[in-house]
Amino acid sequence: MVTSATSLGRSGLHDWIIQRVTAVVLAAYVIYLTGFLFSADAIEYNVWRSLFGQVWFKIFSLLAIASICFHAWIGMWIVSTDYIKPTGLRMVFQVFVILFCLACLIWGAQILWSV
Amino acid sequence: MNLLKIRNHHFLFHNREDIDIVNKNRPVNLNLATIKFPVTSISSILHRITGVLLFLSIPLCLWALQLSLTPAGFAEVKSVMSGGIVKFISWAILSMLAYHIIAGLRHLMMDAGIGETLEGGRFGAYSVIVLGVVSAALLGVWIW
Repeated sequence: MVTSATSLGRSGLHDWIIQRVTAVVLAAYVIYLTGFLFSADAIEYNVWRSLFGQVWFKIFSLLAIASICFHAWIGMWIVSTDYIKPTGLRMVFQVFVILFCLACLIWGAQILWSV
Repeated sequence: MNLLKIRNHHFLFHNREDIDIVNKNRPVNLNLATIKFPVTSISSILHRITGVLLFLSIPLCLWALQLSLTPAGFAEVKSVMSGGIVKFISWAILSMLAYHIIAGLRHLMMDAGIGETLEGGRFGAYSVIVLGVVSAALLGVWIW
């Protein structure tokens, strides 16, 4: 269908399941980070830097950033299909959102692997 | 089921021509003072609004993360974070994130069949808003 050409999963069910899987990844990441912040005596540079120095946390962080991108892609797609009626304008908006999400993903990877 | 719900209950924003096809002579109430969103709509539209604003805050968060991973940048982020406006922005982002997560957990519960009745839906929506306000208050205490 033409109407779903800019959606991530190109089907409602596919988007639905991606939205939930990414949500669970993000909730786990936020819960872990909250636990880390409250269990540390003080968040100083060395503590913060060593957290992001571990490979498993880089991977977890990149998974979280990727989840944000896909979650936002789907969420913004749904919202824009509801409120932006002119097709051309909606397409431009959705393409902008997709490029924005992918740019954030690339930037996030660069940040994480420069540590 | 959730998708259907999301799409239908914001019908007030739709072009009236779409609706008029059904019945041209039906009574119309456009008095904004008497139109009231049910609590379920309020919790849903807040989920959307916080989602869009969180989306817009991604570059800000990535920028802060990038800066915080160098010794000088970490000190800079810390000093910037002590400013009143930046504290407010951080509080707003974290509060919206907390609300968005709580409302999302409710979605997952409803996917599992919990709270799908009309009464359950109202209770869930009300609980999400109350928990959102409580977490915003706690985050405020933590930040200030």
